[in-house]
Amino acid sequence: MTAPRTPGADLPDHPDFLWRNPDPKPSYDVVIVGGGGHGLATAYYLAKNHGITNIAVLEKGWLAGGNMARNTTIIRSNYLWDESSGIYEHSLKLWEGLEEDLGYPILFSQRGVLNLAHSLQDVRDSVRRVHANRLNGVDAEWLDPQQVKEVCPIVNISPDVRYPVLGATYQPRAGIAKHDYVAWGFARRANELGVDLIQNCEVQGLDIEGGRVTGVRTSRGTIRAGRVALAAAGHTSVLAEMAGLRLPLQSHPLQALVSELLEPVHPTVVMSNAVHVYVSQAHKGELVMGAGIDGYNGYGQRGAFHIIERQMAAALELFPIFARAHLLRSWAGIVDTTPDASPIVGLTPVENLYLNCGWGTGGFKATPGVGWCFAHTVATGTPHPYNAPFTLERFTTGALVDEHGAAAVAH
Amino acid sequence: MTSSFRLPTGGRVDRSTELAFTFNGEALTGHRGDTLASALLANGVHQVATSVRLGRPRGIVAAGAEDPSALVQVEEPFPEPMLTATTVELHDGLVARGLPGQGRLADEPDPARYDAVHAHCDVLVVGAGPAGLTAALTAARAGARVVLVDEQREAGGSLLGAPERLDGAPALDWVAAAVDELTAHRDVRVLQRTTAFGHYDDGFVLALEKRTDHLGAQAPANRARQRVWRIRAGHVVVATGAHERPIVFAGNDRPGIMLAGAARTYLNRYAVLPGSEVVVFTSDDAAYAAAVEIADAGGHVAAVIEARAKAPAHWAEECARRGIEVRTGHVVTGTSGTDRVTRAHVAMLADGVVGPRTGIACDTLLVSGGWNPTVHLYSQARGRLRYDAALGAFVPGEEIDRASVAGSATGEFTLAGALRSGHDAARRALASAGLSTEGLPAEPELPVTDPEPPAQPTRVLWSVPDPDPDAGHGDQRFVDLQRDATVGDILRATGAGMRSVEHVKRYTTIGTAHDQGKTSGVIASGIVAEALGVDVGELGTTTFRPPYTPVAFAALAGRDRGVLHDPVRVTAVHDWHVMHGAEFENVGQWKRPWYYPQDGEDLETAVLRECAAARESVAMMDGSTLGKIDVQGPDAAELLDRLYTNLMSSLKVGSVRYGVMCGLDGMVIDDGTVIRVADDRFLVTTTTGNAAKILDWMEEWVQTEWPELRVHLASVTEQWATIPLVGPRSRDVLAAVAPDLDVSNDAFPFMTWRDTGVAGVPARVCRISFSGELAYEVNVPAWDALAVWEAIFAAGRQWGITPYGTETMHVLRAEKGYPIIGQETDGTVTPQDLGMAWVVSKKKDDFVGKRSFSRPENLRPDRKQLVGLLPVDGDVLLPEGGQVVEVDALSQPPVPMLGHVTSSYRSAALGRTFALALVRSGRERVGQTLYVPLEDELVPVTVTDSVLFDKEGSRRDG
Repeated sequence: MTAPRTPGADLPDHPDFLWRNPDPKPSYDVVIVGGGGHGLATAYYLAKNHGITNIAVLEKGWLAGGNMARNTTIIRSNYLWDESSGIYEHSLKLWEGLEEDLGYPILFSQRGVLNLAHSLQDVRDSVRRVHANRLNGVDAEWLDPQQVKEVCPIVNISPDVRYPVLGATYQPRAGIAKHDYVAWGFARRANELGVDLIQNCEVQGLDIEGGRVTGVRTSRGTIRAGRVALAAAGHTSVLAEMAGLRLPLQSHPLQALVSELLEPVHPTVVMSNAVHVYVSQAHKGELVMGAGIDGYNGYGQRGAFHIIERQMAAALELFPIFARAHLLRSWAGIVDTTPDASPIVGLTPVENLYLNCGWGTGGFKATPGVGWCFAHTVATGTPHPYNAPFTLERFTTGALVDEHGAAAVAH
Repeated sequence: MTSSFRLPTGGRVDRSTELAFTFNGEALTGHRGDTLASALLANGVHQVATSVRLGRPRGIVAAGAEDPSALVQVEEPFPEPMLTATTVELHDGLVARGLPGQGRLADEPDPARYDAVHAHCDVLVVGAGPAGLTAALTAARAGARVVLVDEQREAGGSLLGAPERLDGAPALDWVAAAVDELTAHRDVRVLQRTTAFGHYDDGFVLALEKRTDHLGAQAPANRARQRVWRIRAGHVVVATGAHERPIVFAGNDRPGIMLAGAARTYLNRYAVLPGSEVVVFTSDDAAYAAAVEIADAGGHVAAVIEARAKAPAHWAEECARRGIEVRTGHVVTGTSGTDRVTRAHVAMLADGVVGPRTGIACDTLLVSGGWNPTVHLYSQARGRLRYDAALGAFVPGEEIDRASVAGSATGEFTLAGALRSGHDAARRALASAGLSTEGLPAEPELPVTDPEPPAQPTRVLWSVPDPDPDAGHGDQRFVDLQRDATVGDILRATGAGMRSVEHVKRYTTIGTAHDQGKTSGVIASGIVAEALGVDVGELGTTTFRPPYTPVAFAALAGRDRGVLHDPVRVTAVHDWHVMHGAEFENVGQWKRPWYYPQDGEDLETAVLRECAAARESVAMMDGSTLGKIDVQGPDAAELLDRLYTNLMSSLKVGSVRYGVMCGLDGMVIDDGTVIRVADDRFLVTTTTGNAAKILDWMEEWVQTEWPELRVHLASVTEQWATIPLVGPRSRDVLAAVAPDLDVSNDAFPFMTWRDTGVAGVPARVCRISFSGELAYEVNVPAWDALAVWEAIFAAGRQWGITPYGTETMHVLRAEKGYPIIGQETDGTVTPQDLGMAWVVSKKKDDFVGKRSFSRPENLRPDRKQLVGLLPVDGDVLLPEGGQVVEVDALSQPPVPMLGHVTSSYRSAALGRTFALALVRSGRERVGQTLYVPLEDELVPVTVTDSVLFDKEGSRRDG
């Protein structure tokens, strides 16, 4: 008798120890508000790159329980503008060494990402992005439908569908990783370097004296801080308001879902903005899918069901073989979006108070990159060249980095 | 193994039908009314699958959707991945196999149809058990519109699996009468095989009806296989019952180990004896009924292992009467067996210490650790849960708007209590839905239940200590069978520093499998709480998320597939285009003629021919897809002044003006013509793809920012057909079809419009041009469009009138440097960047976007500006999307980019290729040589003004 097939046997084991659960100290050199991927990565790089270890990461819930636990784990750097491809490509390069750096099996898999084009304007925009990516040193290819099929054999490239696939951009170095493990990898290393990770600790106020932040008031008492770094995604606007700052952020639910475990059928990541679906198959075998955002604003981590129905219709147009796969679980994260669909990372009018928010749908893939650059910003008081364009002031100066992409409308 | 465990009588299966099926390659039979699980058990098959990580044999644990273990792949009639054997209705010809943890998708397209239906009701009742039926009856008797959904093939819920009595008769008689009464009500809909899987705000519930799965290959092809019910209820009564909670012990995953309540269901509903040698392990009262009923049905019950110090008196007596030994204060600490349990290891458990163990031979081990109310739907709708320490379970807390919970889903586990609770919930639902309860009797008319024996409290026992932790085989106390996740895994997580159940779930993967932790979730919380020394209630559970049970993607996609995926919009002249061989382009939802190839022409040749016709003689196109918005009201002009960058209020009736709209950031979002129909009425056109967005944009301003404006907006896109008539001969053609119109330049000058008859049809003709040629735009009611189109085509024949598509339109306008919104613009381009500073009013106090034009970034001289590019080699066609660089050799990246090619064409008029591009400081660079990387070379291009043809505008008036 042959041994039974065990498709789940080769998943990695976790370390036996991740982090302490300390009580907050009265004072820290740096307090990071928000224990998500960005906050944890920032703490790690502050300690590793800048030697600052007297740090608290304050998390109102559980570590990495917000968007870090809810995204569809796509990693790519093929953004259009120089400013964006700069920081995302920096991030991708860090991803490429992250498993080793963190000593954690984060299941980083460079299986490539296809961004499908379904209209002539999609094609123009895609080709434009490929050309820009190449000149920026980002790997990018334009594939015709047959080449798309070679990369991902289950994509339906028939011309006889409502919105045929006219081609795709392809970034071979792009891929996926296991979101939770990435967060825990950063948390574990930060903890080792002396960072206090403090959960169930909600920041309820900021102490500001003479235009300078001096501490935070929390559900677990007041904590003095040399510098305060806000990294709380959509809730950053709530925190910033405590300092009298009004941020141009809107928060929307963005839903995602998974199927049951399936035998491997999908070797890459496919995204289609035109028909609103993106999908990959995770290591265990489940299909992981996302769609467009829910239109209304809110912090509730759930969305409306018709979005999922539309997404499934789109998914089956592209992947007819998914018909009898099953939806197992759906949920929502909250994307914090800015008017130009690019993040805000940098200084504020309040001395020693720093901002990181507005990552929209790009937050997960940016995790190591933004951690690196935000740490630099907080440590030196000066933005890193990669985040220098992403100021808060750009919304008044007009120096926007508009990543909504070409508007995909035609005359 | 084919020995039959089917009892000769009883149960809800139809012994007159024999259904042949194949499982793991073995031919077996069962009956109509069986599930795959009950049929397997009837054939003595317990092992169904192997586990995903460890490859351990796994069997049937439950009798419903909560089963964590019996995963199967259906292969015929059509491959369907990962179902639980407990939810697959048996049908003739079913072929299935056990799964090693991953399902298989079919290679061929799914031939089945799926659909969705909307339903509205006052009261939706989920679950047709005793509580749900009582709730539905109560609401129906009060005159409410009721929908009752139930996941099973027949109503009854827990009554199907237990020999209960109501009003002195079998309870199923009462069930049958209740269903008869309900179906007799005109406003009641009873849906069996229908699982409510999602509960959203405001009484919105999604349910999946399985309509043909039980018919197998006999399913009619015209009937949708599955249907999503989108139910909007005034009030939802959640009567979803409870799931039995196992107790975790070493080797608790072996086939033959089953929940005690499930065993009762197999016995009573399916007339299947789950085994011959049975041991029952329990910490609550309910499992005794299983022991007694199995013994009465001819099974041998070796022992009841009672974790509590004392057995409930009534049940102790019943067991004694049947010679069943009850060992109190004992637990099962482990099991033996290879592909099925053969022995239960039993020991005393006192103060957390396991005593010496003895073995009891068995082929079936039934387990009960109490019951968890099925709170999923209640929790999905944001109902809060409360931990009930006596039950060891989470129960609904305070009621939420528009939802009540009834029956054992509340933690009320007696039959009498469930009936009463169903009635009470219905009364609350009626009040909440605003319906009268006057017609109902003051005291509810509920069926009489048999007296129930006094209950003894459940002992909350999450797991039994591993008596032999150093045996070297790893922890075998499985919390989540599907994920092969153990108590040891949980303790590793808490040892690693995790303090949240959400972390532990992610670390161990408990609760993430097909069953979403229906039997494992609460136990995991309990074990974590014990490990951390905190209260289970404080710790909480992980979040309950839709769907309650897995739903096929195709069911959710419904009919929105293939040609129905998204509506296809076609113009009134569409069929003519098809008949004349047009190739089409998708523009938004519209199908637009792209070009009209003749005699095997390719795109390029056809477009050169179409362009030449427009420039040299006359051509026509179907422009009906342009967005058209009728703007009416005393403040119509004021509104347009605020939304367009240029002044619209000064436009005279009878005239046309081109306008641009910007966003708040001063970036161009749309353009089009505006005609003034009357003092208080304008007709605005938008780009095809933006029509709906611009109407929304205008409505948002009118409704949220400027409600004081007296103005109304309506889309008239589909009411008007629009036919541009272009070229030096267009005047002649128009004169031929519009005999009453004075077409002379003086009488009908550029940028004016006239109402007249065209081909006998009332028409509005505008003199506008998107090509630089003498041109008209004939607007007629869509109904008459084809006739008018054909009349123009006929009238133009003597001049060789040529129909043209969007590609030719693009070339003609590009030769004149006219931008296309969305092609030349991308949300970062101002009117000034496009060289259209003239369209930005300097007179108006304010308009949307004005403030942004004075921002420092907008005043920079080195913004990207629209220019023309002429490849030095006039045969080279630049790629649209190509980047523009300053250097003639590429260095290492990053290479600074000056901008990109937005449009690129071959021009018949210019006799060469040309392009439009957005280039940094573009207008200053006119005359410079720049480069566009193409494949591996750099193409030199000369920067020119964006207007490449007829700069003087000499052709406009013909």
